[in-house]
Amino acid sequence: MIMYIRSAAAISPQNTFGDQPLLADAVEYNNNLLKAIEPDYKTYIDAKLIRRMSRIIRMGVATASQCLQDAGVQQPSAIITGTAYGCLEDTGIFVSRMIEQEEQMLSPTAFIQSTHNTVGAQIALMLQCTNYNNTFVHGAFSFENALLDGVLLLKENEADTVLIGGMDELTKYSHDILKRFGLYKREDISNFGLFNVPTKGTIAGEGAAFFLLADQPSDRDYARLEALSIVYKPKNIEALKEEILRSLESQSVDLNEIDLIIDGRNGDIKNDAIYDEVQKTIFRNKPSLHFKHLCGEYPTAASFALWLAANILKAGEIPPTVANDKVKNIQPQKVLIYNHSQNIHHSVMVLSATDVKKNIH
Amino acid sequence: MERNTNIHTPVYIAGVGIISPIGNNVAECLQSLESGNAGMGPMKYLSSFYSGEIPVAEVKMSNDELAAVAGASNKTSRTALLSMIAAREALLDADIDNIESLRTGFVSANTVGGMDKTENFFVDFLKDPQKGRLRDVVNHECGKVTEIAADALGIRSYISTISTACSSSANAIFYGARLIKHNMLDVVIAGGTDSMTKFTLNGFNTLMILDRGFCKPFDDNRQGLNLGEGAGYVVLVSQKVADSLSKRAYCQLSGYANRNDAYHQTASSPDGRGSYAAMSAALQMSGLQPYDIDYINLHGTGTNNNDLAEGTAVQRLFDPHYPKMSSTKSFTGHTLGASGGVEAVFSALAIKYGLIYPNLRLQTPMHEFPFKPETSLLKGESVNHVMSNSFGFGGNCSSLVFSKIAG
Repeated sequence: MIMYIRSAAAISPQNTFGDQPLLADAVEYNNNLLKAIEPDYKTYIDAKLIRRMSRIIRMGVATASQCLQDAGVQQPSAIITGTAYGCLEDTGIFVSRMIEQEEQMLSPTAFIQSTHNTVGAQIALMLQCTNYNNTFVHGAFSFENALLDGVLLLKENEADTVLIGGMDELTKYSHDILKRFGLYKREDISNFGLFNVPTKGTIAGEGAAFFLLADQPSDRDYARLEALSIVYKPKNIEALKEEILRSLESQSVDLNEIDLIIDGRNGDIKNDAIYDEVQKTIFRNKPSLHFKHLCGEYPTAASFALWLAANILKAGEIPPTVANDKVKNIQPQKVLIYNHSQNIHHSVMVLSATDVKKNIH
Repeated sequence: MERNTNIHTPVYIAGVGIISPIGNNVAECLQSLESGNAGMGPMKYLSSFYSGEIPVAEVKMSNDELAAVAGASNKTSRTALLSMIAAREALLDADIDNIESLRTGFVSANTVGGMDKTENFFVDFLKDPQKGRLRDVVNHECGKVTEIAADALGIRSYISTISTACSSSANAIFYGARLIKHNMLDVVIAGGTDSMTKFTLNGFNTLMILDRGFCKPFDDNRQGLNLGEGAGYVVLVSQKVADSLSKRAYCQLSGYANRNDAYHQTASSPDGRGSYAAMSAALQMSGLQPYDIDYINLHGTGTNNNDLAEGTAVQRLFDPHYPKMSSTKSFTGHTLGASGGVEAVFSALAIKYGLIYPNLRLQTPMHEFPFKPETSLLKGESVNHVMSNSFGFGGNCSSLVFSKIAG
């Protein structure tokens, strides 16, 4: 399969949204909590609606809107979202008021907007788009499932342009709870030093990224999507490696052609050991770069990686903010993204540069 | 993303499993459907401020009893317990010999994950963020509920969770079918689960769409819906697997479609444009004409708005060839994310046993329409094609068409 990424847009803890040079200046955080940098939404969303929308809805709707605009598409033939946590802010508001007010005098607004399909629904409403609309909510498979659904629709000729997004939001409640699960580092660190602190835990993140996927090329394309694999709870590391290799082979991916790996290292010593093992064996120590120091860890963070990979392939160069000595001189043609969450959800995406190179200096 | 995609490849339903307010398994539910026993009553297992006031349709087992049947800890989310029980029944019913050698997936839907535990966790957590038992919130995510059931069944080739409000499990079922058509999987257990929670009860209550009596779908005097809970799954198999089965499959999933109403976050458009689009696209995919449909299992929640929108869409698509129709939510209440799965099981049973289920408590048919849902059980019917509707918040509208296997 070859599908075309016609546009990519992201709201993240970095300056990624709108017309900006690719990750020119990385934003530093020193509290293990990377919150999305939100734009002025008035350009994208009706001012009356903004007030009622929670952060994840605003982020999702604005990102989707920018993505469609960049693609020159008004009505996609499908809208598919992936979110592990859904609309946490509204869920938290409704649960806490329900408890505090002992189930009385509640307003419906937070409940109405708490359902996991709210972002997809609001996009449909904004576009008056009555086409296929689906939402996947499976941990760190949520975005990958949405992407797969989009690919399948394109292959079925049920669609020619699919809007696909991944998003999750951090709230005070969710951060407090995830912290108690030991997900984050105990000591405050700078996100710039995430990969230099070999301790337990990572840093929290959030964001929204949308893509316009099409089955036909266009002159706007960022990159081509060549493969997508997911592996659930591998029995052991050998089984993981076998399953990744088997899946990539069935999708005709030649690992020799990969010239850049983007991996989802998050600074947690145990978590990153899996990346080390996969990197030195099946990925043959190919040059790699990381991204979670920029967006933090969250279940749909692979959508940020896809945004980054698509932009690198489009630009034909790697921005200094993610480059390291091994990759700084590479002009990647084929990029493999590998991400895993808790060794439960593993995913691989393979992208390639479009035929027409744009990096003619 | 393998090759060999053929979207016209048939997908069969080889097994069904259910736990609902009208029975803890397929046989019990069938018995209730035939005898007209509804599952609503006063709240017994959920504890809420509204327990004396709002009737609900609960599964008639405590968490301890469900855990014993599921073979799981009684600390497990009720949503996951229901899922485990129904999914296992479906898999056993399909009785696939060589299941270990096949690529088997689990696509399950739910709307609020482990909220039944989370809302208890929050009582202590709100007083002090260091308080509340973490085990009550560890499986809050929708996907975790799916994984508990998938792990219990030993399924790991492909796992996914869909959440599109009340249309969730209809979408799960046809996503599963597509994974088979794309030759990514041989077998998919697909459907959904949701348990009663204070969160959803209060949510629907603030919208003022909960009937204080037993719901009356498609009645002129309907007053709203009754919340239900349960889980329903079908086992979807490829042609190759179907050919290897020792017993005949229930039916074929011959059509499906997902459309959006794009009208309002919670309300349906007056003309039911999303539901009409979903029904007509599903019908078109099945290659059938409106007069071919023998029975519509209506979404039929019993709210003023839904039944009017759905009825308008039915009229537009089927007039003057109205099939027989009914809302089995008059038995089970609205099981939300499970409803598409529960009603897919009822649809498969309607085809297998030649049954049309009654729409209970219907006294005055809606004055807007020339049609009237069935009010008595019909047996010995020739039921070749069934349409099942599932519509939800966010404008999500999905329709499935099930067809008797020819020959």
